[in-house]
Amino acid sequence: MDYEYNPNIPIYIQIMDIIKLKVLSEEWKEGDRVPSVRDLSIEFSVNPNTMQRALSELEREGLVYSERTAGRFITTDKGKINETREAMARHTIESFLKQMQKVGFTTEQIITKIKEV
Amino acid sequence: MSKNLLEIKNLLKYYGDKLAVDDLSITVEAGKIVGLLGPNGCGKTTTMKIVAGLINDYKGTVLIEGKEPGVESRSGISYLPEKTYLSDWMKVSYAIDYFADFYADFDKNKAYEILTRFQLEGNMKLKAMSKGMQEKVQLILVMARAARLYLLDEPLSGIDPAARTTMLDIVLQNYTEGSSILLSTHLIYDVERIFDSVIMMGNGKLILSDTVDNIRETSGKSVDELFREVFKC
Repeated sequence: MDYEYNPNIPIYIQIMDIIKLKVLSEEWKEGDRVPSVRDLSIEFSVNPNTMQRALSELEREGLVYSERTAGRFITTDKGKINETREAMARHTIESFLKQMQKVGFTTEQIITKIKEV
Repeated sequence: MSKNLLEIKNLLKYYGDKLAVDDLSITVEAGKIVGLLGPNGCGKTTTMKIVAGLINDYKGTVLIEGKEPGVESRSGISYLPEKTYLSDWMKVSYAIDYFADFYADFDKNKAYEILTRFQLEGNMKLKAMSKGMQEKVQLILVMARAARLYLLDEPLSGIDPAARTTMLDIVLQNYTEGSSILLSTHLIYDVERIFDSVIMMGNGKLILSDTVDNIRETSGKSVDELFREVFKC
């Protein structure tokens, strides 16, 4: 699969976002085993060290967990998944608002516009 | 933390009275992919040749896993030179046998497997191939070795942009885990996604050495943008 990366942002952060979307869209379901670093780095066309970093960060955030010998798994904690969903939604809205403000809309106008669409 | 696989300290190299490498000190950690970046004539190729053991009259310290470049270090280094060294009357299968005879760590099956994946065949003659295809064959030969250090000098220069991704995939999918790669290029945009860190050289000197994540996080710039700024004329 081909992923387009933004050259100004660390790739591990972009991979974290892609994986979060996979979990939220249930392409990767809760409790699923996460593919190996080697396989994922080939799929994402990145350095295995970059993939390792992305997965460690996701582990730190609690979206994946590792079991010593069996590998990594997607969390089964629904609260954690919801938390990720909220955070991503918030982030998307914030960048949308910023863009709309640049275009010249006030918050009121944005809300009216959304209702119109 | 990780051990340094390659250590260069105060490296000096003159060609006649021209200084090619000027007090260069760099390290490459085990398991890392490092980009060696700089404009033409900045000393990248000379540095690589010294590490590969092809140039001996240098000053300073060069250690590969603690050893100076020589017969012993050479067996663990897979080097892709800037210029081709395969004769064009060769068939691909002949070049593969040649490598298999020469290097104990060469994996013939792996070489054929990668060839097939990239629609190349053993009975093709190098003479009948485009420059890009020849460079692919050479890269495949170099990557089919189970080396400790891969030295890739401008592996993408003759390759069209569409095939560059393929070349990088050959590198990423075939290097031995735990080994390091030092890859020189001036086509940074296409390659920076595979680097852990980069070393920038100008006029034989070290200009900057940092991780790619750190460069992007602190400057908000891509390595390519930063390079253009550093070497603006």
